[in-house]
Amino acid sequence: MAEPVAFWLLSAVLVGSALAVVLSKNLFHSVLWLALALTGTAGVFLLLEAEFLAAVQLLLYAGGVVTIVVFAIVVTERLVGERLSHTNRSITAGVVISLALIGLIVNAIAQRPLAMTRQPMTGDLTRTLGEGILTRFVLPFELLGLLMLAAMLGAVYFARPEE
Amino acid sequence: MGLQAYLTLAALVFGIGLFGVVTRRNTIGILLGIELMLNAVNINLVSFARFSGSDVGMIFTVFAICITVAEAAMGLAIVILIFRIRRTVMADHLDLLKG
Repeated sequence: MAEPVAFWLLSAVLVGSALAVVLSKNLFHSVLWLALALTGTAGVFLLLEAEFLAAVQLLLYAGGVVTIVVFAIVVTERLVGERLSHTNRSITAGVVISLALIGLIVNAIAQRPLAMTRQPMTGDLTRTLGEGILTRFVLPFELLGLLMLAAMLGAVYFARPEE
Repeated sequence: MGLQAYLTLAALVFGIGLFGVVTRRNTIGILLGIELMLNAVNINLVSFARFSGSDVGMIFTVFAICITVAEAAMGLAIVILIFRIRRTVMADHLDLLKG
């Protein structure tokens, strides 16, 4: 069975790159590690047989978000002049809070009887998703379009040249 | 692998993202932490959907991904705007609301 091997490999990549995102001293390296983490998440989606979501994840996150972040870094760091370094503060508090939260969640997960086996896939997932979005969830879908429009207008408004 | 393994993985990534949000000095670094946290939530949604045999969770994930992208675009636009006004993106220096 290849699934456990793939799962552990992807877990290692995901957790390792996530740690690198929050610990790297160079902001630009952080973004590159984030791209790896997002790609790893796409791998997890593939493992869960959600191919369409893996593709969306790669296109929107690893493609879109990483590009915008790189743009933001270029814009804000070029003028500051200081190196791309960025550091962490109050690390002890951060470690305590994160470990407490992880402990709580893992504890809650361990206490519940959770499914060990998956339901068999019925039909084409992409088709099901498309039909679901355009029938039962058509109102949220339209609202999403409105949100995208608002975000686009807002970004253009913020980015307009200074008068 | 059971549902438990996927949920634990997501919890780990979420915790690491929270650590980044709490400790990073740079506002862009904080946004990267938020991206990690949202990503962990997506893993949770997909694995619950897959193990319960319902596709609604996956549709929800599509929405979550799109909203995250809008959030990232707006967040970074705000960062750039703050940079224009204050000439810094370090969270410690942004104390306009401090009494």
